[in-house]
Amino acid sequence: MTATQDQPSPQEVGPTTQAAGSGPYFGDFGGRFVPEALIEALDELATEYDKAKADPEFGAELSRLHRTYTGRPSIITEVPRFAAHCGGARVILKREDLNHTGSHKINNVLGQALLTKRLGKSRVIAETGAGQHGVATATAAALFDLDCVIYMGEEDTRRQALNVARMRLLGAEVVPVTTGSRTLKDAINEALRDWVTNVDSTNYVFGTVGGPHPFPAMVRDLQRIIGVEARQQVLDLTGRLPDVIAACVGGGSNAIGIFHAFLDDTDVRLVGLEAGGDGVESGRHAATISGGAPGVLHGARSFLLQDEDGQTVESHSISAGLDYPGVGPEHSWLSTIGRAEYRPITDAQAMEAFRLLCRTEGIIPAIESAHALAGAMQLGQELTAQGEDPPVILVNLSGRGDKDVETAAEWFSLLDEGTS
Amino acid sequence: MTVTDQVSRTAARIDELRSEGRAALVGYLPVGYPDLEGSIAAARQMVAAGVDIVELGVPYSDPVMDGPMIQRAVEHALASGTRVRDTLRAVEGVAETGVPVLVMTYWNPVVRYGVDAFARDLAAAGGAGLITPDLIPDEAGEWLTASQEHGLDRVFLVAPSSTSERLAMTASASRGFVYAASTMGVTGTRASVGSDAERLVADTRRAGAERVCVGLGVSTAEQAAEVAGYADGVIVGSALVRALVDAESAAAGLDGIAEVAQDLATGIRGARR
Ligand SMILES: Cc1ncc(COP(=O)(O)O)c(C=O)c1O
Repeated sequence: MTATQDQPSPQEVGPTTQAAGSGPYFGDFGGRFVPEALIEALDELATEYDKAKADPEFGAELSRLHRTYTGRPSIITEVPRFAAHCGGARVILKREDLNHTGSHKINNVLGQALLTKRLGKSRVIAETGAGQHGVATATAAALFDLDCVIYMGEEDTRRQALNVARMRLLGAEVVPVTTGSRTLKDAINEALRDWVTNVDSTNYVFGTVGGPHPFPAMVRDLQRIIGVEARQQVLDLTGRLPDVIAACVGGGSNAIGIFHAFLDDTDVRLVGLEAGGDGVESGRHAATISGGAPGVLHGARSFLLQDEDGQTVESHSISAGLDYPGVGPEHSWLSTIGRAEYRPITDAQAMEAFRLLCRTEGIIPAIESAHALAGAMQLGQELTAQGEDPPVILVNLSGRGDKDVETAAEWFSLLDEGTS
Repeated sequence: MTVTDQVSRTAARIDELRSEGRAALVGYLPVGYPDLEGSIAAARQMVAAGVDIVELGVPYSDPVMDGPMIQRAVEHALASGTRVRDTLRAVEGVAETGVPVLVMTYWNPVVRYGVDAFARDLAAAGGAGLITPDLIPDEAGEWLTASQEHGLDRVFLVAPSSTSERLAMTASASRGFVYAASTMGVTGTRASVGSDAERLVADTRRAGAERVCVGLGVSTAEQAAEVAGYADGVIVGSALVRALVDAESAAAGLDGIAEVAQDLATGIRGARR
């Protein structure tokens, strides 16, 4: 592969990939619903990104970082003992959990940090929910010698105190956000307010495939390497493409990252697993496509959780990284055209999958990724019931569970005496 | 005469004041703070005290262009159950005073209501148009059509960072006036109005805008007088909202609003043009 392996070469672009395009719109979704004050910065970012894409230096530098810093390519692992709970399907994990900093978020952040340098800016800001994107951004800021401010809902700084400490160790300033619901969506609002005020010196390192153009297309391109690698790795291992790909969807960056290289493999089903919380019917969930409606939030037209007045509704999930009432516009489009399917996984289903992977394979997944594992359990049962012989399910294991040990211990009552 | 031929009432009012030799005072208050009736009373009070054009804010869960003062008031309005349709009642109540009443709204509540339906109901309530802080003309196709259809003003924003192409595009898409953001930032009171503002007003005029009002950070009579020296209107929000937020009773809030509005109106009338 060439230095710009994360970009599709013109020969391999099929009709769906072509239709997905590079923004600002994905069908009826996407766009730039932001204050005029941000337009120049977004234009500047889009222009610089286009230049970077065409510059072999940028691709080479990113590849070098992937290899020597992140630890790419990430491996794939077949998990037969876990697969025994998936109706006899073969299950293969794409191990983004093994990346430096513990999740796929680093893929995006390194690219955006390189762009920040190219823009001649000295300061980065980011939002974070669980803290994974904040930690990844703080890491890149340390590596590239950038000032770094992370906005995090006050509620989340409490729930994820260890990640706050990690970011501070890395030299970032963590600002607890005390407005609105004090969670991820309010952290994004506060980061946007900072950006409007300090746009001359500051680049906003957005953490997922949402927000105004160019973020959805740019973050997707930077995460696309997950699917590019996995496609070849699965071919090498099994001699064919997977039947289904399962990935969890918060804003949707790990999911689009693994989906995109397969968009034109029409026999490969793409399934996004959303956070169903207590169940979509309970109203306490974060299943944006399954339980939301189109609207405008944080700069893009997409599905979102909203009330009848268009006020954003608070989301609920055991997984802080999926606890967001919006979703990237490309997912809304893929859902609308029927190329990808989205279904909710409840907290309880995710935690059962979490427990199983720990016990059967010795891998502690992020609770976000456990939603994808629970999806694989459902899909495996359905596929086998249809009588196909060993179907292959590729799961994007987007992150590791170190950050979730406390939540899991509480869920399984492991801190109580005598419980197992 | 068809609806679309009507001249903007907002523009007419600004022109009238211009012929009197002064700029317009545009006052912002959010609907539903301290409650619906209280917000209507407060807006009417500021009109009585010298505000020429009223801007009523639709409370929204994610107000990215607003600083802490307005965020606080809006959170309170939402928490106490203020609905989007309450805005239309408030418009009716304030439009009775005879001044143009614009609605300031983030875009999603309008999308959810239905762009054309909102335009129709706003026009029926006597509203003059919309100020849209997170909607740029590039994304406003549906609103351009609906506002045309119902004879409403479209107040888009320009910022110190706007290129001359964007100033021209925004000026030609706007109706009523163009809202020039004085600085790069969000609403709130500031020690001084940026020097960017005067340059931006001049550039926006050069790009074709007939009327340009300046907002963000204007809170004192001196700042109002300074801005009134070069702009067609002075937009004040946080300073008025603060008078309500800091008040110990509803009556004290109304007194506070009157005091702030009078002070600003005096500043504007004393401006050298
Ligand atoms: C491990 C992991 N997976 C998934 C997500 C959700 O983000 P996205 O949907 O953008 O991949 C997060 C976000 O914090 C995460 O930490």
